[in-house]
Amino acid sequence: MSQLDDLYRRVIMDHYKTPRNRGELEDGSVTVNLNNPTCGDRISLQLQLEDGIVRNVKFTGEGCSISMSSASMMTEAVMGKTGEEALALADKFSALMKGEDVQFDDYEDVEALSGVNKFPARIKCATLAWNALRKGVEQGSGKHEGIEE
Amino acid sequence: MKSEFPILQQDINGHPLVYLDNGATTQKPRSVIEAVKRYYEWDNANVHRGVHTLGSRATDAYEGAREKVARFLNAASSRQIIFTRGTTTALNLVASGYARQTLREGDEIVITPMEHHSNLIPWQQAAKATGATLKYIPLQPNGTVALEDVEATVTERTKIVSITYVSNVLGTINPIAEIAKIAHRKGAILVVDGAQSTPHMKVDVQALDVDFYAFSGHKMCAPTGIGALYGKAQLLEQMEPIEFGGEMIDFVELHDSTWKELPWKFEGGTPIIAGAVGLGAAIDFLEQIGMDNIERHEHKLVKYAMERLSEIDGITIYGPSAEQRAGLVTFNLGDVHPHDVATVLDTEGIAVRAGHHCCQPLMRWLKASATARASFYLYNTEQDIDRLAESLVKTKEFFGYESIG
Repeated sequence: MSQLDDLYRRVIMDHYKTPRNRGELEDGSVTVNLNNPTCGDRISLQLQLEDGIVRNVKFTGEGCSISMSSASMMTEAVMGKTGEEALALADKFSALMKGEDVQFDDYEDVEALSGVNKFPARIKCATLAWNALRKGVEQGSGKHEGIEE
Repeated sequence: MKSEFPILQQDINGHPLVYLDNGATTQKPRSVIEAVKRYYEWDNANVHRGVHTLGSRATDAYEGAREKVARFLNAASSRQIIFTRGTTTALNLVASGYARQTLREGDEIVITPMEHHSNLIPWQQAAKATGATLKYIPLQPNGTVALEDVEATVTERTKIVSITYVSNVLGTINPIAEIAKIAHRKGAILVVDGAQSTPHMKVDVQALDVDFYAFSGHKMCAPTGIGALYGKAQLLEQMEPIEFGGEMIDFVELHDSTWKELPWKFEGGTPIIAGAVGLGAAIDFLEQIGMDNIERHEHKLVKYAMERLSEIDGITIYGPSAEQRAGLVTFNLGDVHPHDVATVLDTEGIAVRAGHHCCQPLMRWLKASATARASFYLYNTEQDIDRLAESLVKTKEFFGYESIG
């Protein structure tokens, strides 16, 4: 089962079994609900953006080990980053899913998901949380500007 | 039997393929592949028009396939067989061509929570468009339908009852003949989704006394893109076509047109000729084996699978006992997500389905966001089920499910 070991590395199972930043945020945050209609995985992501910076991020949802561990890793990777940096990380993650050799210097856990690109049917599981992040940052920055005006 | 199916001869991820996703689609025997190939190499032409030899051959092949389908379902006439793209298109044809044109505000459509989205959304839409009410017959705790509940849900205001013959998730075989009697007594028609029954058991539309019956070819050894709708002649006569164009017309004037007779008035455009030829060959193949033999074989498999899988610690099997179900088993393995189960099985060369199986309301009823499903066909063996059971045990060990959650 070496192919499997490759996919389900210890770090992935760790994030799956003890997810980071799982829960809900208080008011004043952006909420994004996304699901994979073909398989039923769903995520509710909450972002607190202040001065363009991701001050806090939490998620709830249900799904397979890949989608939930990816969500957990994503929250740790983007915490404290600017919206732009978060979006850049999302792009990097897309590249990782295409099998490109990219590094996540600040947060190497994410690289554990590189094995997913060998299982094309599972890529959408891994990208769910990152797609939610993209939406959240875009919504959040729009909202932020709105308040400023 | 597996030797008749070229695709089953390969290794997947280093293991001989065990294909257990037959509820989604089935593999094709050599005879079906050859029939489609021969049609394209020798007989291909458009149907019902060419005066030339190929045109006649193609027409004979296409209409010959219709005769086979009529005989296979024991329809009174091949006029009552309309070729469609599959079950979904067939059910949509009834919902658009019949339901939308006959339903009035306050009328009722009755279905069940175990319906595939294809036998649910067309009725939701028809109800919205006409002001009719969509009602559900409740399910028993084991995922079966009780006739008392059918009796109680179907009222004098019910115009259409639509139900699946076999549930693609629970495997439940519904008592169609009895439901038809209740529906007819109350003045409703009965529409049956035959996607999961037609490939696996003998179906007699006249004995069941159903008004419409839909099925897909690709779930019974035929190519994708071909299926059929059976309908009682007087209902089909009464129905308006929903697709207009070539092939379905009688006379065309500048401002008005008339339609061909049954069944062609419903088959606008160049039909799926090669698909129909493949479906005809699939019916020949299945009839040669015998539908009774196929049903017996799958019943034996599902009984064995229920026994083997029940032995696995922490497994949940959904649906009724082996006696009341067709050849499929839907399950969850402890807290291991079905996608993870399916991925591990795939690395062992075993193909199963994971997800909501196009039955989101039923998943909510089961209180499961997703499930895994092994569905069998005539080429599966007890050894296939042994491989499934052994791999599930490995999956459980790999995920150490006791500690998850």
